[in-house]
Amino acid sequence: MYLDIERKIVLPGEEINLEGMKQGNGIYHEGGKFYAYQMGVVQVYNNYANIIPLSGKYYPVRNDRIIAKVIDIAPSFWIMDIRGPYPGFLHINDTPWRNVDQDLSKILGIGDTVFLKVNEITESRQIWLSLKDAGLRKLEGGHIVMVQPTKVSRIIGKGGSMVNTIKEVTGVRVQLGQNGVVWLDGPVEKVMAVRKILKFIEKEAHTSGLTERVKKMLEEGR
Amino acid sequence: MQSEIKLINEEGLRIDGRKYNELRPIKIEVGVLNRADGSAYIEWGGNKVLVAVYGPREAFPKHTQNPSRAIINARYNMAAFSVDERKRPGPDRRAVEISKVIGEALECAVFTEQFPRTSIDVYIEVLQADAGTRIAGLTAASVALVDAGIPMKDMVVGCAAGKIDGKVVLDLNKEEDNFGQADMPMAIIPRTQEIVLLQMDGNMTRDELAEAVELSKKASMYISALQKEALLAKYKVQESEKEGEQGE
Repeated sequence: MYLDIERKIVLPGEEINLEGMKQGNGIYHEGGKFYAYQMGVVQVYNNYANIIPLSGKYYPVRNDRIIAKVIDIAPSFWIMDIRGPYPGFLHINDTPWRNVDQDLSKILGIGDTVFLKVNEITESRQIWLSLKDAGLRKLEGGHIVMVQPTKVSRIIGKGGSMVNTIKEVTGVRVQLGQNGVVWLDGPVEKVMAVRKILKFIEKEAHTSGLTERVKKMLEEGR
Repeated sequence: MQSEIKLINEEGLRIDGRKYNELRPIKIEVGVLNRADGSAYIEWGGNKVLVAVYGPREAFPKHTQNPSRAIINARYNMAAFSVDERKRPGPDRRAVEISKVIGEALECAVFTEQFPRTSIDVYIEVLQADAGTRIAGLTAASVALVDAGIPMKDMVVGCAAGKIDGKVVLDLNKEEDNFGQADMPMAIIPRTQEIVLLQMDGNMTRDELAEAVELSKKASMYISALQKEALLAKYKVQESEKEGEQGE
């Protein structure tokens, strides 16, 4: 099923004719009609019309895997910058380490970058993070590239096709955070090439046939 | 009542050659600043205004946080070089007032309840002033908010109207503002036609006020289209670049 507005860029206040579809993200209703509340591209998924925003902050969702930076340390937890409207908290009990000598800064200091997951979002919008899952770890060395959080799904590609292509062709280690932070590790020239590709995907995210074009770019650059 | 200088000539044209219901040329650009979450630049006649939007982010100082919604923190600031005589830098009584009314106008459109305890910061920097800067700033601010991806029910837009040489006219310039009889900035939410900002300096009769409101509303709808065009242009440029690549 398709809406005739699908893949079109809509603006806040623009009326959306749902044609029997259900109201998804980015849409509000007033007086029996539906309107967009964000600038974005309309997409239909499971009979829900959603607006995929073109820009905006990262809004955490449970079990998202993100890359966060330590900004402060409390007696039993770290306060992390997750690039969202609220800070995230990482409690010592949600890490594989044990707090032996009561000094958290010996485990993770301010400025350290960690790959972790969103464990819980409380009613009062406290975001609790966790390091207890396969693949989650402190990131050491490497480079950080920031992209728009809303474009991460495009960098991953269908079933990870895009990010896997990048990894295979360049050999750079890539760790993608759902919050738009990308960690890269490898030879500097290769890392810079990947950075360029990421920025290209970010800029062209709303166009089609991206994976093919990226593949071409990568092969030319090799 | 006649002003000291003649603002409308025999042919009904104003000193810059406009008709009574004509706007000054308007140009809007989106995404001009890289560090801000959203930004916009507007040129409206002789006005040049730059707007940066940050947030939603944790509100500081902490006592300003509202546990049920986001606060909108607008700051209108005129550059020292924006007017003929050097303006003493820093917030004055006028700037505090304008910041307040702009913030409240934007609050009518933004879904603040989605982000409790945060603040959305809107910085409006007037680089060059030529009457009507609060509306130019507000118009650019709502474009910058959309660029920042902030949920809004519609884009606030406005236009000033006023009275010069006894006639109601649209979009006063500096001379008309200084020597006219009234200036009335107004902002609306275009979809519902709700008025979210209305101020007046000077005197008008009831009928003249109603006429000015109608004139402003009509002009606002036109400016609203310009806002949308500017936002879409940000993403269209890239598509035409792509076509260029394919053509090579």
